[in-house]
Amino acid sequence: MAETTLSPAEPQGRRILAQARFEAEILARNGEQLLVSLVLPALAMVALIASPYPDLPEPRVALVVPGVLALAVVSTAFTGQAIQTAFDRRYGVLRLLATSPVGSDGLLAGKAVAVAVIAIVQLVVLGALGVALGWRPDLLGLLLAPLSAALGVWVFVSLALLLAGALRAEAVLALANLVWVLLAGVGGLLLPGDTVGGLDAIVRWLPSGALGDAFRDGLTGAGVPLLPWAVLALWGAVLSLAVVRTFRWRD
Amino acid sequence: MTRAVVVEDLRRVFGDTRAVDGATWAAETGEITCVLGPNGAGKTTTIECLEGLQRPDSGTCRVLGTDPWQAGADHRARVGVMLQDGGLPQSVSAARLLGHLQRLYRSHRVDELIERLDIAPFARTPVRRLSGGQRQRVALAAALLGDPQVAFLDEPTAGLDPHARLAVWDLLRERRDEGVALVVTTHGFDEAERLADRIVILDGGTVVADGTPAAIAAGGRLEDAYFALTGGTRG
Repeated sequence: MAETTLSPAEPQGRRILAQARFEAEILARNGEQLLVSLVLPALAMVALIASPYPDLPEPRVALVVPGVLALAVVSTAFTGQAIQTAFDRRYGVLRLLATSPVGSDGLLAGKAVAVAVIAIVQLVVLGALGVALGWRPDLLGLLLAPLSAALGVWVFVSLALLLAGALRAEAVLALANLVWVLLAGVGGLLLPGDTVGGLDAIVRWLPSGALGDAFRDGLTGAGVPLLPWAVLALWGAVLSLAVVRTFRWRD
Repeated sequence: MTRAVVVEDLRRVFGDTRAVDGATWAAETGEITCVLGPNGAGKTTTIECLEGLQRPDSGTCRVLGTDPWQAGADHRARVGVMLQDGGLPQSVSAARLLGHLQRLYRSHRVDELIERLDIAPFARTPVRRLSGGQRQRVALAAALLGDPQVAFLDEPTAGLDPHARLAVWDLLRERRDEGVALVVTTHGFDEAERLADRIVILDGGTVVADGTPAAIAAGGRLEDAYFALTGGTRG
């Protein structure tokens, strides 16, 4: 229905921004989420730069920081959204908001904007920490990084909604944290696939490996990460379709 | 008065279960319609079809002349909803939640509702730490803050103390007198008798009674009529 000045609802843009602000505040005020989104990635950055393990080409910081940035995107887009959405579904929040002027489409748009805002803050803070630790990224790579981040947000928010819309909240809580650890450890996210026991041939086709490679290839000046972007786009399309087909609004 | 809510031959099936099986009833503007029925009678399924949360398998749902399943933001802003499970995010305070919801409407009555429902004393407390009655009051405020023309309220006084219950009834009567169509699901005969202009009783997914409280009670007690109509026995 076309909106007129008589509509009792605020315009769509304002509704989505209001929802995004609400979602972002919830994410930002969640202490556990702050730990996963900023503190643990920062600790991982410091530890991997200072430690001689695993074996990485020098300067280590050049590979470590892009991996940490990719990890941070996954923390907010996947772990944070999966857990929050699952519990919102449990408590009927999704259904209530679907009946409000924001609606189901506005709710999802608000979540996406909130994740994007939080991710930008994460990338700026962690990037600044990296620079303080000696990171000197490729300038073209810096221009390409937002596209890598956007693709990563799309893929991992979709994965989060796939889990949150199908499983019980407690299962999502456990699974999301487990997946975060696995992706960080052996998924090619934090470190290149060839550092995790010869799994590179598999890992590079995973969304985690593709996101890590997209950041690493771009920010180290290895070139435009066309293959990782293509892999992410494919995963994004498949996961989005799966969400549309399987997401349930009630627990 | 005009028909704000229309349900015609509504059917909703889950597997082998006919949750709603040909229900037909209506609710007028400026009236409180109480929907009663035993658990599994089809009350929540019917109301969720009217809220646009479920799509009917057949039949018609109209709210303010609109199909709720197809409705946009303009329609949703005219319809207030209080879900049985509240639908409140647990980590935010009532003040933060209501402050967010008011931004979705061009005009709102949130300050009035916070005062009328005595929410101020716990407005800064996270929802997860509120009592059941306090959550009910926040959920009711969320349903009414956009000044809706129609409101669907699922057990709005469940868990409330007697004083709060009276305050809610007074609030709902005032909104009715302003012309709002209020559809209230309840298990309370006392609530239905005191509040309702019209009562719809559902059983097995169909309407077994539809009329004023006095007409349904037929000179006796509503409770007796209810048990007779729904095939139950009084404990």
